[in-house]
Amino acid sequence: MDSLLKIENLHINYGSIKALKGISLEVNPGEIVTILGANGAGKSTLLRSISGLIPVTEGDIFFYNKSLKNMEAYRIVIDGISHVPEGRRVFATLSVEENLNLGAFNRRGDRQLISERRERAYNLFPILKERKRQLAGTLSGGEQQMLAIGRGLMSDPKLLLLDEPSLGLAPILVKQIFQIIKEINEQKVAILLVEQNAKKALSISHRGYVLETGNITLSGLSSELKNNKKVQEAYLGGAALKNK
Amino acid sequence: MKLIVEQLLNGLTIGSFYSLIALGYSMVYGVMKLINFAHGDFFTFGSYLGYTLLVMGTAFATSTLGVWGGMIAAMLVAAIGSGTLGILVERIAYRPIYPTGRLPAVVSALGASIFIQNSIMVIWGARPHAYTSEVVPDYIMNIFGLRINLLQIIILALSFFLMGVLYYVIQKTTFGAAIRASALDRETAALMGINIKLIIFFIFALGPALGGTAGVMVGIYYRKISFIMGWNYGLKAFTATILGGIGNIHGAMIGGLILGVLEMLGSTYVSTAYKDVFVFLVLILVLIFRPTGILGEKIAEKV
Repeated sequence: MDSLLKIENLHINYGSIKALKGISLEVNPGEIVTILGANGAGKSTLLRSISGLIPVTEGDIFFYNKSLKNMEAYRIVIDGISHVPEGRRVFATLSVEENLNLGAFNRRGDRQLISERRERAYNLFPILKERKRQLAGTLSGGEQQMLAIGRGLMSDPKLLLLDEPSLGLAPILVKQIFQIIKEINEQKVAILLVEQNAKKALSISHRGYVLETGNITLSGLSSELKNNKKVQEAYLGGAALKNK
Repeated sequence: MKLIVEQLLNGLTIGSFYSLIALGYSMVYGVMKLINFAHGDFFTFGSYLGYTLLVMGTAFATSTLGVWGGMIAAMLVAAIGSGTLGILVERIAYRPIYPTGRLPAVVSALGASIFIQNSIMVIWGARPHAYTSEVVPDYIMNIFGLRINLLQIIILALSFFLMGVLYYVIQKTTFGAAIRASALDRETAALMGINIKLIIFFIFALGPALGGTAGVMVGIYYRKISFIMGWNYGLKAFTATILGGIGNIHGAMIGGLILGVLEMLGSTYVSTAYKDVFVFLVLILVLIFRPTGILGEKIAEKV
């Protein structure tokens, strides 16, 4: 097995609600994989179960062939998976720099390493350097998203989980964010991307899965999915516009 | 004039006791959203531990360490003892019922308070005890015609030093940032690799440790201690927490000092009999007109 992340027959129940009903997928090293799906299809649930925020009901999740099933969220980050949650979730009353520092919390003793990684984040998002002393809550939406991604990279992950990184951003920023996701991927970070903006997501990703009410109904190369009739109808055409 | 200066100093001294206790309420509330009603009893416990070391072991403490050294030793013992008790209470009384919501934990905190209070009574007896004069440093200074006890200055300096250290840890270190982050958004904090159990351990050790230290200070300053004193001090420190803005450490510090000064001025210029009335009047007024406290809302940072 040379996949980075391998999910087998994953079930997630919230009480009596079945959010995921036995899904299997893989992410290989260096890949960008997109998860498409409507609201409530279970996309965020999938990411949250990988990062250990919600317990696995049945099935298993392997990272480097090691099960993450009963591992606590903070351990999973240390192992190399970083989750940038939906809605950015920056720590509003902490400064930009403190937010970044926390991204590498378990290496907090190593000042040099932290400052190197911070510089890397500043190279990716120069605006953050200008605002490093500002409270994160005073940043614009786009800047907060950049901070959330920059913070997620501070732990030097092998796999980055991105939940709706373009949500609520102006079109010009959306373009920029996707450009940066590509750049991050070029630095050998695999990415599992959940996105409403299916067109953009498929244009930068290698492969994709379509999630519908807790099941994977379709999967393939992004180029194939882009030309798939069902995908075009549901996520690239009229239905997608209706969602807006 | 002389009276005012002396009373201000007295007020600040009492206020610093309130501040030290208030920090524990505030840190625990910030991270756990729990009002730890047992907190006042950690303070009492510390006071009794200090008493045991100093008065019951006078020969040892004061002959080997001197009066000042004995005082510091008593504070350390109280800090460690109360800190340990804090961790135990969290494990036994709070942790098992977190999943049931916030209210049951508050009730459990009240239960823990009663339990600790009564345990102290069983161990040390129901009658008040006294830090006897031979263990209390006493050195009167004459500054510009003011008679000031050096002990008071030392106590004030120590309180401010402890608050300064805490402020530094919480506001300037990455570990402190992790505590503030956990207070804001525990789930996202976990995604940063922050182990919430470590944070909880830290606040439930440190808050009571500061309270226990204040317990020794009160014992040395007022001499008399009783097993129920945690209730009164706890309630006043809680008022200080509300006054400053609960959940942030600057608020707890400032709230305690203001309350101490108000209490002193009130008892000097109005009547000693009403001093508790001032304190709780402040609580009521703050709750009515500024429920977020002085440093609540925007400026404040939840710890």
